[in-house]
Amino acid sequence: MTVPLRSRPVAWPRRVLHAVLIALALVFLLLFLVMPLATVFVEAFRQGVAPYLDSIRQPEALSAIKLTLLVAVLAVPLNVLFGIAAAWAMTRFQFRGKALLGALIDLPFSVSPVVSGLVYVLLFGAQGWFGPWLDSHGIKIIFAVPALVLATIFVTLPFVARELIPLMQAQGSEEEEAARVLGASAWQMFFRVTLPNIRWALLYGVLLCNARAMGEFGAVSVVSGHIRGLTTTMPLEVEMRYNEYEYVGAFAVASLLALLALVTLAVKSLLEWRYGDEIAAHAPGGH
Amino acid sequence: MTLELSRLHRRFAGFQALDDVSLSIAPGEFLALLGPSGSGKTTLLRILAGLDYPDSGSVLNDGENFLAQPARERRIGMVFQHYALFRHLTVIENIAFGLRVRPWRSRPSRGEIRARVDRLLRRVQLEGLGKRFPAQLSGGQRQRVALARALAVEPDMLLLDEPFGALDAQVRVTLRRWLRQLHEELELTTVFVTHDQEEALELADRVAVMNQGRIEQVGTPEVIYQQPATPFVCEFIGKVNRFNVKRGSQGFAAGAWTPEFDPWQGRFSEAIVYVRPEQLRLAAPASQPAWEARLRHIYLAGSVAHLDLHVASLDLSLEADIASEDLSRLGLQAGMELRVAPRGAILFPLDRDGRPLSAERWIWQARSPVPA
Repeated sequence: MTVPLRSRPVAWPRRVLHAVLIALALVFLLLFLVMPLATVFVEAFRQGVAPYLDSIRQPEALSAIKLTLLVAVLAVPLNVLFGIAAAWAMTRFQFRGKALLGALIDLPFSVSPVVSGLVYVLLFGAQGWFGPWLDSHGIKIIFAVPALVLATIFVTLPFVARELIPLMQAQGSEEEEAARVLGASAWQMFFRVTLPNIRWALLYGVLLCNARAMGEFGAVSVVSGHIRGLTTTMPLEVEMRYNEYEYVGAFAVASLLALLALVTLAVKSLLEWRYGDEIAAHAPGGH
Repeated sequence: MTLELSRLHRRFAGFQALDDVSLSIAPGEFLALLGPSGSGKTTLLRILAGLDYPDSGSVLNDGENFLAQPARERRIGMVFQHYALFRHLTVIENIAFGLRVRPWRSRPSRGEIRARVDRLLRRVQLEGLGKRFPAQLSGGQRQRVALARALAVEPDMLLLDEPFGALDAQVRVTLRRWLRQLHEELELTTVFVTHDQEEALELADRVAVMNQGRIEQVGTPEVIYQQPATPFVCEFIGKVNRFNVKRGSQGFAAGAWTPEFDPWQGRFSEAIVYVRPEQLRLAAPASQPAWEARLRHIYLAGSVAHLDLHVASLDLSLEADIASEDLSRLGLQAGMELRVAPRGAILFPLDRDGRPLSAERWIWQARSPVPA
C-alpha cells in the first residue's frame, strides 16, 4: 500500500504571506521591467509599421547598426582570447601578483564607464599623452572607430574571464596533465581537452559580453564624438534621435536593442537550463 | 628501463617536498612509494611523469638524462588519483586518446586503434561499456578505464597515484589483487603512491617509505615490516607498542623485562622500544621475566582479536594481537591478570637531547621463542 504524498498543509497566515510576497515581486517586475520594455515597442510602433521600418532604413540608422556589429565583431573575439588567457593564467599557474591580476580583471566592473571612456581620451586625444605623436603619423583613434572598439573592449573585459575562472578552478588541471602524459602537444591538449570542457561557459560568457558590447553607452559616448553616420553606434543613435524629438526613430532603434536583449536572455536561460552545472554558478556581477 | 634518481630536491613555497631523495628503480619491478600526506611521494611521482621538475638532482634512464625529456616523450602511463578521465569523451575515446594524438607517421590506423581499444576493454573487463561517459561509470570502472587509457600507449613504465584511494574497501581489495596479476602478466615497471601501508606491503616488490620529503627506508615488504630502519617506519608501518627503557646497574630494563646483551656497550643510558602487537607473548611461563598485566578489553575484529592490556607497575598500555580462535584456547577474558613479555623488539638509543639514533638500531629477539 502506498500513501499518496501530500505536501504539508500550509497554515493560512503563511499562505497570505506567500501571496503578498509573490504579488509584491510581480508588481515590481511589471513596473520596472516589463512596462518600460513594452513602452519601447509601443512607442516604436505608435505611428504604424511603415514609419517604424522607414526610420530603421534611414542611412544613419543602418550605419549605426553596421558600426555596432563591427564593434562587437572586433571586441568579442579579442575578449574571448583575453578571457581564456587570463583564466588560464589565474587557474593554472602560481605567480607573483596573481591577486592583482584578479582585481584588475574586475576593474571595468567597478569603474564608471564614463571614466573608462575618458581614460582613452586622455591617452589618445588631441591633448592626450600620445595625441601629438598619433596626429603627426596620421592615425586617428579618438572620435573614430578604433576608440569605440577600445572602449568597448575595456568595458566588456571581465565577462569571459569571470565566467571561465571559477569553472576552470573547479575542474582542475588533472585532465590536461593526463593529456600531456598521454603524448598530446600543447595545442592538442587545449583543443581536445580544455576547450570542450569549458565550451558552454565560454559561450555563456561570449553571450553576455556581446550583449554588453552592443548595448554599451557611457564609455562609447565619451570617445565617439557623435559624428552621425560615422561614429554613432545604436545606443548613441537612440540618444541623438531622442534629443532631436524624433521619438519613433529613437524607439525604433531602441526596439532593436531590446530585441537583442530578449534574444540574449532566451539563449542565456536555455544554456543555464541545459548546461547549468558547466556554467559558473554566479554570472558576472556589475551592471 | 632502469631509473636512477639521485639527490632530488624540490621546494614549494615554504615547504620542502623532496629533501635529498635518491632511489633506483629496476626494470619490471613493482615499487610502492609509501608515506603520509605531505611526505613528498606524489611530488616524486610527478617528477617521474614530467609534470614537475626538481630544483636540483638528476634522474637517469639507462644513463640518459630523463628530466630533459618532456612528459609526452617519456613513454609513461599514468593513472591519476581521481583518474582524470576526459569527461566529454566516451570510454572508447578516452582509451584511444593517447593513440589519436600521435603525429600521423606513428599513429596507428583507425582499425588498429579500434582493435587495440577492444583488446584493452577486454583486459580491464569493461566490454560493452565502451560507449558510456565517465560520469556513467562506478569508481572501480573509472579506475580501470584510466588504467586501460594509460596502457594503450604501450608505456615503458606505469605510474599510479593513490590508485585505490577513492574506492570502497571491498572493490579496493579485489582491484588490488587484479592489478598485481596484471603486473605479473605485463612485467611492466610500475611505481605507485599510497598512504595505505597494507596496500603497499601486499602489492609491492619493494617499498620506499617516505616522510617529510625524505626516504626513510627502501626494502622488500618483509624487511620494512620486520626490520624497520627508523622510528618513523616502526610507527607508520603496522601497529606498534612504544615505550622507553633506561639503563640501570643490570643493563637496560623496563620493569621485569630486561633485553639481555647491550650492543651499545653502555654508550647510551636510554632507548626507545617498539614491539609489534603480535610480538607480545601472553601467559609467559613463570621461569621467564615478564610483566604483570591486566587484560582490560578484548576487541574482536573477525579473524584477529586485539587485546587492550595495562601494565600497572609501569603505567603502560599495550596492545596485543592474537588469532580469534586462540582466545578460548588460552581462556582469555576481560579483567583477568596475565604475564606478558615481548618476543622481539626494535630498540633505538636516545642521544643526550632525547633524539633517537636510527643508525644504532638494535633488533632484539627473546632467547628461546616459545609459541604463544
